[in-house]
Amino acid sequence: MKYLHAFALLITLACSSPAGAVQPDEMLPDPALEARARALSKDLRCMVCQNESIDDSEAPLAHDLRVLVRERLKAGDSDSQVMDFLVARYGEFVLLKPPLSWHTVALWGLPPALLLFGFGVVIVQNRRQNAAPEAPEPAALTATEEARIAELLRHDGAL
Amino acid sequence: MIPELGHYALMLALGLALIQGTMPLVGMRTNDAVLMNVASPVALAQFVFVALSFAALAECYVTSDFSVLNVYENSNSAMPLIYRFSSLWGNHEGSMMLWVFILVFFGALVAVFGTNLPTALKANALAVQAWIAAAFYLFILITSNPFVRIAEAPLQGRDLNPILQDPGLAFHPPMLYLGYVGFSISFSFAIAALLEGRIDAAWARWVRPWVLGAWMCLTVGIAGGSYWAYYELGWGGFWFWDPVENASLMPWLAGTALLHSAVVMEKRGALKVWTILLAIVAFSLSLIGTFLVRSGVLTSVHAFATDPTRGIFILAILVVFIGGALSLYAWRAPLLRQGGLFAPISREGALVFNNLFLTTACATVFVGTLYPLALEALTGAKISVGPPFFNATFGPLFIPLMAVMPFGPLMGWKRGDLLGAAQRLLAAAMLACIAIAAAYAIEHRGPVLAPFGVGIAVFVMAGAATDVAERTMILRVPLRAAVRRAMGLPRSAWGTAFAHFGIGVTLLGIVSVTAWGSERIAEIKSGDTLDIGHYRLSFDGLFNRAGPNYRDVVGRFTVRRAGGELVGAMEPSRRTFPARNMATTEAALLTRGVSQLYLSLGDPNPDGSVPVRLYFKPNVVMIWLGAVFMFVGGGLSLSDRRLRVGAPRPARAKAVLQPAE
Repeated sequence: MKYLHAFALLITLACSSPAGAVQPDEMLPDPALEARARALSKDLRCMVCQNESIDDSEAPLAHDLRVLVRERLKAGDSDSQVMDFLVARYGEFVLLKPPLSWHTVALWGLPPALLLFGFGVVIVQNRRQNAAPEAPEPAALTATEEARIAELLRHDGAL
Repeated sequence: MIPELGHYALMLALGLALIQGTMPLVGMRTNDAVLMNVASPVALAQFVFVALSFAALAECYVTSDFSVLNVYENSNSAMPLIYRFSSLWGNHEGSMMLWVFILVFFGALVAVFGTNLPTALKANALAVQAWIAAAFYLFILITSNPFVRIAEAPLQGRDLNPILQDPGLAFHPPMLYLGYVGFSISFSFAIAALLEGRIDAAWARWVRPWVLGAWMCLTVGIAGGSYWAYYELGWGGFWFWDPVENASLMPWLAGTALLHSAVVMEKRGALKVWTILLAIVAFSLSLIGTFLVRSGVLTSVHAFATDPTRGIFILAILVVFIGGALSLYAWRAPLLRQGGLFAPISREGALVFNNLFLTTACATVFVGTLYPLALEALTGAKISVGPPFFNATFGPLFIPLMAVMPFGPLMGWKRGDLLGAAQRLLAAAMLACIAIAAAYAIEHRGPVLAPFGVGIAVFVMAGAATDVAERTMILRVPLRAAVRRAMGLPRSAWGTAFAHFGIGVTLLGIVSVTAWGSERIAEIKSGDTLDIGHYRLSFDGLFNRAGPNYRDVVGRFTVRRAGGELVGAMEPSRRTFPARNMATTEAALLTRGVSQLYLSLGDPNPDGSVPVRLYFKPNVVMIWLGAVFMFVGGGLSLSDRRLRVGAPRPARAKAVLQPAE
């Protein structure tokens, strides 16, 4: 079903020039600054695309955002200042990793909660089973099943 | 004429599905074996009619019959035969045809190979299959008919989306669907067992081969899709945490959990209720995957609202099947008896641990994928949940799972010996430590924790080898005896070792590429060189090349080692498809061992320079190689005698000729 990824991409292509993500002319001469820009770009969403970071996207908007991020970095902003600037401008939608807030508690809390809950259930079940006497034998076989076993044994010889 | 025949055959299949869905259930109520036995021949007939219908559509595609709307919109007579055929499933209507075709294929397999199943179980399972099939026939016939004609047939078709014109895409969707739809079998068996109210270890033995088969197909299907995305989308990523990918990963995670819990149920009669639930969940996730991808809900909640016919229909299918199955489960499951006591430190305990982490990982992907949709629908707030979220949550769940994995197979049933297992894994652990040290010594760049990733991967691989070594007692008994023991080892033991080894291989690939891959982005002119790792690429220039339905602008590069020794040539291109006026990037790959050089071209500038992206991807091939190991492991396990006896076996006469073992 990966090709539907491509359909999603089609949407992207429709609104973008066939160019390629990060362009050589966008890149900063200072490698350290450029590396920071790349790292930040990976956490920022290209808002007209489906689930693509501005680092991967070919859309013109992604290009503008990449340039913007680099301008802020050149102006001396820290990483978090750049992020804050973009969130103030475009909202939380721009962040690919949503920050913990009241409406993302369920999102971030679910994996650990589920794991703890699972462990709890397993421990309780185990205690209860160990306390209970050994389970009774399974239900007796039906006549057809008995016949089937006899037939299997006859065919397979000594197993 | 042919499309009409195909259309009609599909309607007949719907009729047959309704018969197959009702008769056996009536038969079970009235205890009428004749009615119950109706299911098998009808399942076969249904398969024949759907095959006819599918063949009719394939014929339209292969012969480029543009009077059929679906063919006109998605095909082009200039395409090579393979893409004219594969464009059948490169669109919504056609892919639904493939879906039902595979569904009835599995139904027919159960009918043919399920000769040793209890009559009622088989009849009920086939009835449930028929209900799923009927729902999807209705969906196709009402909302997505691929046989619709155009009054004035156009001369040429609109072409298949160029990104999909690729051998990988000819093979990927069918494999993925085999996996998705394969889980329908375990689902049907689970429902049948709940209807009957009788579940025992034998149930797990019947169902496990189907789960294994589906899981194998899904594994290579996902890996194939990942490799396709890697080389076709032009920036060398192998996994994007795209909702569509997540839709296929969720059934895989649930299916992997099911595979393991079914072992416990088969061997020890424990975890019955849980296994049934997993069987329901695995297929439910497949259905949800279909819904997510098909309804347009992913693009945005609003796109779904503007054209909701298909979406609402699939949503109804989801509600009926998942809701119905879970209600039935809630009603009947408490009646099932749990069995099989075990200590927390035991093989069962390890498998429960595996299930706990796999299902949590699955739930994490599920919530991450659907949370933005739900939040927007409920509060209107728009947030994005992307790769950074999944990497942050999925990794911590998988690392403990991997670390514990080698212990599982070394534990005894009922009560395991943790210290003993740890002693036997000492060699593997030492190997892992050496790997960590080596990784620190060789690579100074990259994340500090990456060598530990390598360590875990090596531990998993060595752990799998330890399992086999322990069972064959190699190095402790003479080689000849060890070989004899190896031959006598159950194939399922080999299967486990292979599949677990594969996980380690994949992990090693992922860690290496993520931590130590290097990238060069540059604008170059003819004669320029680019250095990456130990390689130097020189750009020899651009030339044009014509394909059957596209034009290529090809860049020619010569690759040498830093010493000057010639390695080979790379020819990435920009490919333009006039039919849709679209361009794709055809990256060039140069494989050296299990590492690859990856080169893709941007659009050439007017001054003759070309933007290029060059990557060195260390150990990248291992990512997919691991999936091959898993597939082989699954196959070995599937061919285990225990399963052959318990499950599909066509020729009963052969059994007589089998030597006694």
